[in-house]
Amino acid sequence: MRVHRSFGEVIEIKISLVKNILDANERIAAQNRQFFAGKGVMAINMMSAPGAGKTTLIEDTIRSLKNELNIAVIEGDIQSTYDAEAISATGAQVVQINTGGACHLDANMINETLSQLDFNPVDLLIIENVGNLVCPAEFNLGEYCKVMLLSISEGDDKPLKYPLMFYESSVLLINKIDLLPYVDCSIEKIRQESLKINPDLTIFEISCKTRQGLNDWHDWLKAERLITSNFKNKS
Amino acid sequence: MHELSIAQSIIKIVTQDMPKHNLTKVDSITLRIGEITQIMPDALLFGFECLSKDTSLDGTKLIIETVPVKGHCKTCGQDFVFEDWPHGCPECGQTDIRIISGRELEIVEFEGS
Repeated sequence: MRVHRSFGEVIEIKISLVKNILDANERIAAQNRQFFAGKGVMAINMMSAPGAGKTTLIEDTIRSLKNELNIAVIEGDIQSTYDAEAISATGAQVVQINTGGACHLDANMINETLSQLDFNPVDLLIIENVGNLVCPAEFNLGEYCKVMLLSISEGDDKPLKYPLMFYESSVLLINKIDLLPYVDCSIEKIRQESLKINPDLTIFEISCKTRQGLNDWHDWLKAERLITSNFKNKS
Repeated sequence: MHELSIAQSIIKIVTQDMPKHNLTKVDSITLRIGEITQIMPDALLFGFECLSKDTSLDGTKLIIETVPVKGHCKTCGQDFVFEDWPHGCPECGQTDIRIISGRELEIVEFEGS
């Protein structure tokens, strides 16, 4: 703190703070992370542009893994309950968050829904973020990792246009690869440019329509789930 | 559009800190914002102006310092500033790069009376 004193005048004070602007969000995200660890739940934050296929992939994942993983879902949308209804039809526990205009989920919104789910049987919590390639990347929710979807009809220029999301994600699912004959999109370009942004990114090419590549995604989920449950046993 | 949430957090942090320093008025708040964050300064300034109206920060100036993206090449060990993130290492061309700055979203200081 530096104080500039001048006699008879107002004292001007300069205060050094150096504080993360999203500190409050980070604190609640840490609480959520601790909650999930205590319950032995692996939480993933699923992000993409609107219409990339998040809900369809989640429905399919729940049905495909129903004998192996108990999956619960938190649905984030600006408004409507379409997605929660679709998830509910699979028999999984689901809570809908309507952000009422906000373009992303934050840690507090997640914190407020935690009491609405019975986490005792749950292995995996999938948080479906609001469809948006920009804002959700900035807000940690307390997740184990971030997973993003990019459908090939969105174009292969997206990694360079929205690099933060690729930088923050651990997994990239390149979706709707069955459309490859009909769109001008190079999967190789998506791969190369995504890895330039984030060399540690795990990439899967999938289609929920033809089921291509989905086994690799399921194997990844099961393997990571084992790692996170080992964490719980160790602590 | 999340600039509005960022502006709201700035207002909350500074107004909570003001009584500790017996401040009633803040002339300026200095921020450090990394180039990776995708924050649009104009949108942040506009959001701050709207949200601070009729609060103790009405009229406070936001000073935004942009932090360039810096990388460390894991292949050749070179540290460098990206002119246009992302691209390969300017020394060796490899792409296995660790980001060392550019992700900042911080309040550095504020000044008032």
